[in-house]
Amino acid sequence: MSIRLALPTAVIVLWCSVALIAPWLPLEPDEIFLSKILMRPSSEAWLGYDDLGRSIADRLAMGARTSLAVAFSVIFVSLVVGIFVGIVSAWLGGWWDHVIVRIIDIFIAFPGILLAIALAGLLGPGIANAVIALAVVGWVGFARLARAQTLTVKHREHIDAARSLGTGRWRIGARHLLPLITAPLIVEATFGIASVVIAEASLSFLGLGVQPPAASWGSMIRDGTRYMLVSPHMVLAPGMAILLVVLSINLLGDRLRDWMDVRRK
Amino acid sequence: MLRFLITRLVSATVVVFGVITIVFLLIHLVPGDPVEVMLGEAAQPADRDALRQALGLDQPLWVQWGRYVQGLAHLDLGMSLHSKRPIVDILGERVPATLLLAAAGLLVAVVIALPLGILAAVRKGTGWDQGSMAFAMLGVSIPNFWMGPLLILVFSFWLGWFPVSGMEGIRSLVLPAFTLGTALAAILSRMVRAALLEVLSEDYIRAARAKGLNNRTVVLHHGLRNAALPVITVLGLQLGALLAGAVITETIFAWPGIGQLTIEAIQRRDYPVVQACVMLISLAYVLVNTLTDVAYAALDPRVRLHA
Repeated sequence: MSIRLALPTAVIVLWCSVALIAPWLPLEPDEIFLSKILMRPSSEAWLGYDDLGRSIADRLAMGARTSLAVAFSVIFVSLVVGIFVGIVSAWLGGWWDHVIVRIIDIFIAFPGILLAIALAGLLGPGIANAVIALAVVGWVGFARLARAQTLTVKHREHIDAARSLGTGRWRIGARHLLPLITAPLIVEATFGIASVVIAEASLSFLGLGVQPPAASWGSMIRDGTRYMLVSPHMVLAPGMAILLVVLSINLLGDRLRDWMDVRRK
Repeated sequence: MLRFLITRLVSATVVVFGVITIVFLLIHLVPGDPVEVMLGEAAQPADRDALRQALGLDQPLWVQWGRYVQGLAHLDLGMSLHSKRPIVDILGERVPATLLLAAAGLLVAVVIALPLGILAAVRKGTGWDQGSMAFAMLGVSIPNFWMGPLLILVFSFWLGWFPVSGMEGIRSLVLPAFTLGTALAAILSRMVRAALLEVLSEDYIRAARAKGLNNRTVVLHHGLRNAALPVITVLGLQLGALLAGAVITETIFAWPGIGQLTIEAIQRRDYPVVQACVMLISLAYVLVNTLTDVAYAALDPRVRLHA
């Protein structure tokens, strides 16, 4: 394995494993040490302490958990809804397809995470609402891709054959259609995880994601900006974590795309 | 061309009404009674009824929708619950700042992306190419709410070159514009590289070289001009992300635009203002996309024939 593949893989493995085992690690993310307020990184605490005297390394680990949980929930929901809507639209065709395509167009008309920001703001802060807000925005891309893919394979001979053998619609969809359209969807989902990691952190940065004392990389940056002149380490660590994770996913996504030979739209 | 224009206009109209409807429905997503959320639990029943009536929330949904669209047509977006002023006036004060920031961000993106993309394409496979594309990869991966504070730390706190925040003079525009423009610069430089590489393998480029034209003329005049079309399309599509990014950039730099207003309104539970901001940014995006499509079709006959 080349170093250009090994490094990003290592980052992602580290991210996932820290996130998954964080509750069983000896972490004290909410423990306040008054004597250590704004303490700089040193040999005993390699990332230092924040404005309330909490360990930044420990909070970073809990933040990994938040970002992983949100990223996978949002992508899972978006994929399921998107694939279902996309296949149904392409399969039924005609009037149904027309209406669904229009609805997709309307959701795509909202720029970036603006709709998610508004939704999270109106639904109220909290991790569950952040997931809902991001999934409402996220399913559209998958639906469009699944529809386009279904249209290209819908008239393949093996599907006609399955139909003439009397195979049911659901079975055809699941067994004969889905496997053919998954490659581009997997690639898209990979890049999707990277953008949800940024989006969750953005919402938390704006105060619309996880609520204190729970930790998110975005809210850690938000807290850190207030003490930047005296304690830049509060901002540096969580930002670096986001950058490394997102960069690694994007690098791996590029590889995956080449490997699966998928052209991006 | 006329047929293309009409089709495009009809679908844009459908999208506009869809956007309006979703934004209109947003206020009904507020958990519980929106009036209670806006006024707080301690409000008098009479005040609640008054607000409910003022917002039209006592009417059936479709009547409310009709009123909302009717109001929009008359540029009446209602009143801000916080400042008790017409929302249209508030938006009017904020729009210039956002337009200025977006234009500056766009300028930063183009100024960075063009040379990088051209360099990467012309020196394909060399260190220049790898360096440019590494920058592009970094640029799409770095979150702007981290980059902004970092720029402030280095260029405002340490070097003292630019103000930390606010909008006073041209110097205060530099850091926000870079924060906003970097991601677009990254996407755009990849696009310039790809488009230019495709064009440079065409026969007419070989013909131009065979004519004895120097490399500079071939790349800039024959190559870049033909590569511009797909790049401009991507630019139009990415403008939406730029506008959404302005929400975060404006928050970081206390830039008095629509984005900052959106977040302020969310914090104050001033929901009509939130609605208006989302609507304005989204409709601006729809407009830009439609114009990009039309411009593309006007420039490239193949597009309108396929439509």
